[in-house]
Amino acid sequence: MYRRWLWPGFAFPGILWLIVLFVVPFYAVVAVAFGTVDPILSRPVPIWNPLQWNVGWIVEVLHRLAPGGTFFGVAIRTLEYVGMSLALCLLIGYPVAYYIARHAGRLKGALLILIVLPLWISYLMRMLAWVNLLSPDGYVNRFLTFSHVLSQPRDWLGGRPSTVILALVYGYIPYLILPLFASLDRIDRSHLEAARDLGASPWSAFRHVTLPLSKTGILGGAVLITLPMFGDYYTPNIVSGSPSTSMIGNQIDLYFHQGPQPTIGAAITVLLAAFLTVLMAYYMWTIHRASREVGAAGAV
Amino acid sequence: MTVIADERRAAGFSAGNRLWGWLKNPWGRPRFLILFTWAYVLWSIVPVLIAVQFSFNATRSRTVWQGFSTRWYWGDPVDSVWHDPTLRHALVQSLKLASADVVIATPIGVLLALGLARWQGWGSRPSNFLMLFPLVTPEIVMGVSLLLIFTQVFTFIGTGTTAQILGHVTFSISYVVVIVRGRLFSIGRQYEEAAADLGASPMVALTRVLLPLLTPAIVASAAVVFAISIDDFVISQWLSSGGGTDTVPIRIYSATRAAPLPSVNAIATVMMIVTLLSVTFGFLAWRVFTRGERRASAAEDFGGFTI
Repeated sequence: MYRRWLWPGFAFPGILWLIVLFVVPFYAVVAVAFGTVDPILSRPVPIWNPLQWNVGWIVEVLHRLAPGGTFFGVAIRTLEYVGMSLALCLLIGYPVAYYIARHAGRLKGALLILIVLPLWISYLMRMLAWVNLLSPDGYVNRFLTFSHVLSQPRDWLGGRPSTVILALVYGYIPYLILPLFASLDRIDRSHLEAARDLGASPWSAFRHVTLPLSKTGILGGAVLITLPMFGDYYTPNIVSGSPSTSMIGNQIDLYFHQGPQPTIGAAITVLLAAFLTVLMAYYMWTIHRASREVGAAGAV
Repeated sequence: MTVIADERRAAGFSAGNRLWGWLKNPWGRPRFLILFTWAYVLWSIVPVLIAVQFSFNATRSRTVWQGFSTRWYWGDPVDSVWHDPTLRHALVQSLKLASADVVIATPIGVLLALGLARWQGWGSRPSNFLMLFPLVTPEIVMGVSLLLIFTQVFTFIGTGTTAQILGHVTFSISYVVVIVRGRLFSIGRQYEEAAADLGASPMVALTRVLLPLLTPAIVASAAVVFAISIDDFVISQWLSSGGGTDTVPIRIYSATRAAPLPSVNAIATVMMIVTLLSVTFGFLAWRVFTRGERRASAAEDFGGFTI
């Protein structure tokens, strides 16, 4: 009896904690999103019983998210910013991870530490650094006017999409490089030698061997940075602050911190979580399929 | 590709062509990648170093360098980190949350890791799955959830320091589990089995054999929890009740949007040093405790756990 309950007993406090402070709170968001609003105090009234749920708020948010609705622009902008940032992160991150995994030699350890370092510097500190650099008389403007690229300083922090995307890339790229490095570092070099022995050019060896074998790293890293980027609100707030660059996270922040209707905020949160769950499920399915393909190839 | 390059080279030795030829790398060393990687490393670190530099600026500017001083740390009687009560409170609040987080999350996480690694009955798979969720949930979703639960259901807690501590522990537990479980896998079960063969009960095997072997992971995970708690912004902000419960990241956030002084850079620098010291401590502890076992891979193990 005692042996049987020893290990579940160890897990119990942690599981209980996660149920009470992770699962139940998320259910509270769902209950508020499907709840009603007190007509006098205009406070949200959660409905805990799924059978009595009021879908009105979710339907309203969906309407606003549809073309022509007030959230449509924000939703498209969020997809654009996240998509652009992800593409840039991959374009910058892949060569870096590739070099460190394949060619860094003696410098591998040192480079790895330099790559990991930004992860341990507060995100806010790194954003603050760019706010300093990009301010009207900051180093960036002074360099650009000094070298006559710009005739006068540009207001980088006044609501420019390019600044927000730069900040997102800068903020999240270290989280992408590590899994990319891990997957590239695991590739057995004999596969590449075999490809080269069979007459593949360096480029086609890369395209047909390295790239497919690093697919799990690419996907894993992409998911790792896309999920938080979709929920980001502080980055656009810090480096732009303008409504013209606000993302879906900013809408949630607005409805909870400044707006009168947390219920709409909760409804957006539920829809965002549902969207990200679909994304996550797609990722798991791809990984599952990839591992099965590798298994099949191994069997042949 | 080569034809084009050759034609270009034949067209004359302008600087651009020479650079292209050099990058194209006739001797097998990927020069383009070397340059690219080092450029990336500089890009990722230099802005932060410049921010640190301006925390030592002698004037109120964070963009024009006018000489070295420590006035923003303690010299200035009003606005320095040491004298400005809002900054000092933020520092104290951050350290308070991080310490409480370490004290609560580390034991819960270690127990959970042990339980999940050894428990195989009904309920172990969903529990494993549940443990992973906080790692992939965007912080804003967690922030909204916790805010609603503390303002709608657990109203006796409300927002403020207690809520912030509970929130930090919630996202920290999974990190502890990932680090400790990694160590459990690399230890294997043979030591416990040997202890059992020699007549030790599971509890004795645990306290006399397994726990000493787990020490590096426990210390490392405590250091990691301390660091992520100090750097956390979203959960602290959503559960803050304003004023006295603002942490350093919240101060940085509101200061960058108002009129900031170099004292913000100074407090950010202080926190950065605290985080880096804590992580370095965790890493060194890991190295010292695991000396002699697969030495080369210790660094990679530790690095891998922090993903």
